[in-house]
Amino acid sequence: MNERRSLLRNDGLQTFVCSIICIILGLIIGYLALLVINAEGAFEAIVNVIKNFFKYPSGDARMKYFGSTLAKTAPLIMCSLSILFAYKVGLFNIGAAGQYCLGVAAGLYCAIILGLPWYVCLIVGIVFGAVSGAICGILRSFCNVNVVISGIMLNWISLYATNLLLKPAMDPTGKDTFRLVRKAPEAILPTLGMDKLFSNNQYVTIAIPIAIIMAIIVWIVLDKTKFGYELKATGNNLNAAKYCGMKENRNIILTMVIAGGLAGMGGALYYLSDIVQWNVNSSSVPGMGFNGIAAAFLGGLNPIGCIFSSYFITHITVGGGNVDLSHYCAQIADFISAVIIYLCGFVLFFKLFINSRMDKAEEKKIEKRKALAAKENKEGGNE
Amino acid sequence: MLLLIQYTLIFASVLLLVALGGCISEHSGVINLALEGIMVMGALGGALVMKFLPYTHATATVGDRLGMFGLVLLASIVVGVLYSMLLAFACINLKADQTIVGTALNMLGTALSTVIVKSMNTAMNPDDHSSEIKYIDSKKAFLTNIGKFELNWFMIVAVICLIVIFVLLYKTKFGLRLRACGEHPQAADSVGINVYKMRWAGVLISGLLGGIGGITYITAGVSTWKFENGVAGFGFLALAVMIFGAWDPFRIAGAALLFGLFRALGNVYNGFDFLVSLNIPSAVYNMLPYIVSLIVLAFTSKKSRAPKAEGIPYDKGQR
Repeated sequence: MNERRSLLRNDGLQTFVCSIICIILGLIIGYLALLVINAEGAFEAIVNVIKNFFKYPSGDARMKYFGSTLAKTAPLIMCSLSILFAYKVGLFNIGAAGQYCLGVAAGLYCAIILGLPWYVCLIVGIVFGAVSGAICGILRSFCNVNVVISGIMLNWISLYATNLLLKPAMDPTGKDTFRLVRKAPEAILPTLGMDKLFSNNQYVTIAIPIAIIMAIIVWIVLDKTKFGYELKATGNNLNAAKYCGMKENRNIILTMVIAGGLAGMGGALYYLSDIVQWNVNSSSVPGMGFNGIAAAFLGGLNPIGCIFSSYFITHITVGGGNVDLSHYCAQIADFISAVIIYLCGFVLFFKLFINSRMDKAEEKKIEKRKALAAKENKEGGNE
Repeated sequence: MLLLIQYTLIFASVLLLVALGGCISEHSGVINLALEGIMVMGALGGALVMKFLPYTHATATVGDRLGMFGLVLLASIVVGVLYSMLLAFACINLKADQTIVGTALNMLGTALSTVIVKSMNTAMNPDDHSSEIKYIDSKKAFLTNIGKFELNWFMIVAVICLIVIFVLLYKTKFGLRLRACGEHPQAADSVGINVYKMRWAGVLISGLLGGIGGITYITAGVSTWKFENGVAGFGFLALAVMIFGAWDPFRIAGAALLFGLFRALGNVYNGFDFLVSLNIPSAVYNMLPYIVSLIVLAFTSKKSRAPKAEGIPYDKGQR
């Protein structure tokens, strides 16, 4: 007998539902926090966070700010891919933030100081990120250092190294690096005419399609190739993978190199689109890498899901800037994304809960049917 | 030179307190990556008391100072313990991934404290959008000058905590049971120890120590704190100290002194002529503690004495 499996059993659907629940709960908790701060404008503030660019009445302005939000989504997609890729191999790449920093440092250094064209800057950015990832991987496989700890240490080292490296590229009128338009127009990523679609928003560059293509590549590599299978096997059981003849150390290092490269690429893509400049006195690691964790888990650890979750997180982060600053602060968006990750930690538990409930319900059904059949048999025998 | 010793001692106290917190939590079987967030929240609790409790140092008596110190300590402990409950609940009862939850709590700690401080500052003065709390005068309540040496009372707290934690872990029934839960929870359960309770105790104690560590950190050398910055990775440095200290309280104390020295160099290298003449950019000194910890970890992690069951959620049904 081929019974149809309940739709709720579908793993993808479960993940999707869980993510939506996390988002809703996160927004509700964010709203409560706003209520506590100042009850009067709280509803308007949370609506502003959710609306982001929709608050502009004209279609042109909307498209323009939609373009900017997309431009900020691209690096987040890269960071979340970096974390996702490593996580699938059982490594928690919290060092993505530092690898991202180094991508920025290398990209801007090549652009402003060496005056190289954009594709060289991008490649050097990727290489720097990859090298940082490799350090983590080598320490993990040969010295047994926890990647979380070494990642955090490298984050801070990378932050100060970036400040040091970009100091000569600082615009003397401020604390930021030079705008690329002024110093190195060749290093700006080409727009391929996409800026026209978004009301001439010059920040809409090839970074966005590149990020989406990378997500698809990561999906193919992880799910459809032997190499991806080997990596995942190493993550699931190191000793079993070793026993099967896989080179576990090589796999770990390679994973971290790829993850580092992805994060470094994110940093380079973002800063080479000239939408932001690096503050050479930064004293905290940029949040992009950490938001990448949120995006990776909210996306259900699926590369394609990451595109949407990254967009959502960028959307509310940009929207956070729209709250009425005389009462609230923009960090409310960070707060909401942090709550969302915390809730994502429960996703596994939630799935187990649903599945066990459904198992029980099914078992009961089968017992009932058995009992019924037994009863009918008895009655049949009595006649 | 004296300044270097003073800074070394105060940073070592911070690292010691937080690393002891990490140590006791890991001995119970839970990896506490949220120490960073716990420190921020503990620091916030203490800083709020220092901000709002009326206190003028010039006219304060010893009783006033003790009261101030006690309340600040208490506030950080309470906030730290409450915040660590979020970790305990998620990791022990809901069996969530300890790494994800820890990271989430770190982000939440910084975001939450920034939101709280900013909205408080803005509420008091609509033009003030900073995330700073100033406590210049109140901080003097727990500083005692011995000659030129400035003794921060939290240094003494750190030493007391070291002894208490050592006794608790190795000389009491509770400590033995706690460690059993980190080594082999199934065996502990089979002799009637409640693993969930023990792990809760471990995490809450680490919340307590993390909270004190947080307030110690923000009173070390500075008199204002910008909560946007969190605690600059100190929670993770403490975890490195703990690994270097091989999960043993006294070795952790030694490791904390070493790391504290490198951290202190960044603050006071200006006072040494030969260091200034080397003309190394200050960013290098800022990097130093992290670089040293990476190198040290590379050499000490191979033979890990970590509790065997750490990081694995306890499931009664599992063999």
